[in-house]
Amino acid sequence: MDAIPAGALILGVKLFLVVNVLLIIAAYLVYFERKISAWMQSRVGPNRVGPLGLFQSFADVFKLYTKEDIVPALVDKKYHMIAPVISIGISMATYAVIPFGEYYVDGVNLMAVAPGISIGLLYLLAMSSVGVYGITLAGWSSNNKYSLLGGLRSAAQMISYELSMGLALIGALMISGSLDLLEIVKSQSGGKWNLFFQPIGFIIFLVAAFAETNRAPFDLPEAEPELVGGYHTEYSGMKFGLFYLAEYINMLTASCMVTVIYLGGWDIPFLYENLAKAGISQGNPLLALIQFGVFFGKLIPLLFFFIWVRWSLPRFRYDQLMDLGWKVMLPLALANILLTGIVMTILQYFGIL
Amino acid sequence: MSLHVIMFSLLAILAIATGVLLVTRRNPVSAAVSLILHFFALSGLYLTLNAQFLAAVQILVYAGAIMVLVVFVIMLLNLGKEQNMRENFNPRTAITIAMSAALIMQLVLTFTGNPTGKNQLSAASEKIGSPAEIGNILYSTYIFPFEAISLLLLVAVVGSIILAKRTVDK
Repeated sequence: MDAIPAGALILGVKLFLVVNVLLIIAAYLVYFERKISAWMQSRVGPNRVGPLGLFQSFADVFKLYTKEDIVPALVDKKYHMIAPVISIGISMATYAVIPFGEYYVDGVNLMAVAPGISIGLLYLLAMSSVGVYGITLAGWSSNNKYSLLGGLRSAAQMISYELSMGLALIGALMISGSLDLLEIVKSQSGGKWNLFFQPIGFIIFLVAAFAETNRAPFDLPEAEPELVGGYHTEYSGMKFGLFYLAEYINMLTASCMVTVIYLGGWDIPFLYENLAKAGISQGNPLLALIQFGVFFGKLIPLLFFFIWVRWSLPRFRYDQLMDLGWKVMLPLALANILLTGIVMTILQYFGIL
Repeated sequence: MSLHVIMFSLLAILAIATGVLLVTRRNPVSAAVSLILHFFALSGLYLTLNAQFLAAVQILVYAGAIMVLVVFVIMLLNLGKEQNMRENFNPRTAITIAMSAALIMQLVLTFTGNPTGKNQLSAASEKIGSPAEIGNILYSTYIFPFEAISLLLLVAVVGSIILAKRTVDK
């Protein structure tokens, strides 16, 4: 029983770090989104609070916290209150399994909250599919036609794109041969990134990730010209803020998934061999920092891509969205599995794999 | 009490409570949410039994896909609160009561009876819940039932499409 308190302490520190770093990154993502959109539209963007406007997000959060929280009279109060909590809680829960590196102290990998879980990838998919309840319940409990339509669209969109997302991942799984995220990263070490073997899967996954995070051009649940504000029309103050934050955390989750599954996680060819020669190997805390740095470095272009697409492309029409999901992405994902299977069988037959 | 027993008790209480809520709530969305929570509790129970794959699939398929559809339909039809239905006593009710009583009797007899022996898990069966083990078994020993079920599902998919299309044409 002596080992449990130490383990619990490590777990507590990890959770504290992950949750807080996550919130700070999400706050700065909002800032970057505003800056990038400003550059794309020849504006200045936030520049008043702090140097270069760097503290703008914190000012926004303070504003949201101090605003009056208006709850309309005819909403279902219980679900109206709990919906934003579900949204943000589930989006944060995904970080339990994402490995940010591989650094062992006393045989415990310190770079993930719960490392080496044999169902890691399934857990990620499960959480991303359950996350829709926050939006759906918000839409339903608001007792408002537009909110309800937003919630309905969100549920329909999630069901349609979840399938292609899961099927696109199967190709990468066949190559990596494990559902454990740590094993998936290890199988890609030395530049054998799944991106190079699974380009179709990668593109399908990326498009489905846009749909799953409700980002433009797939932001139909909150399409403001048609639905006022969609599912969060009846929300104000920090409850709205939680939905907003959840969207950015989901964006980060999708980028983390792409990095782990397709971009080799913290892997850069030849980097770690050379670092080991220079004396930076397991046991040196610098290794953990470098791994996290590489991981984060891969996230930034992906996050930029998310923002870039949002401010470049117009929103889909609803029937276009459904056609793309069921008639293009799903058959493509199935063809990708078949193709991967055939190529792998041929390679195994000739003994190359 | 070990951590295992505490976890099991908490999850079991949650599962029973949400199960009761599911049948007693008048609001269809409340009932659906109770069922979702029930699936989460079940998934936790599977985890205490070393069945990780089953736990993940329980959330992924039931909570993440089927219940989303159920909530979708409830919202689409915008169902109000269930009206108090007055149902007269009929043979169906009598059969239901009799069968429920039989089930409860059987459960009581099972749990109050003397255990015949303690089953020790072998080392191999402890790993049986992992995805790799389940995959190996499904694609070797049980390949025929597995394929038969997938064929059955395919038939169901084709059938549902035909039914849906027919109403559109009219």
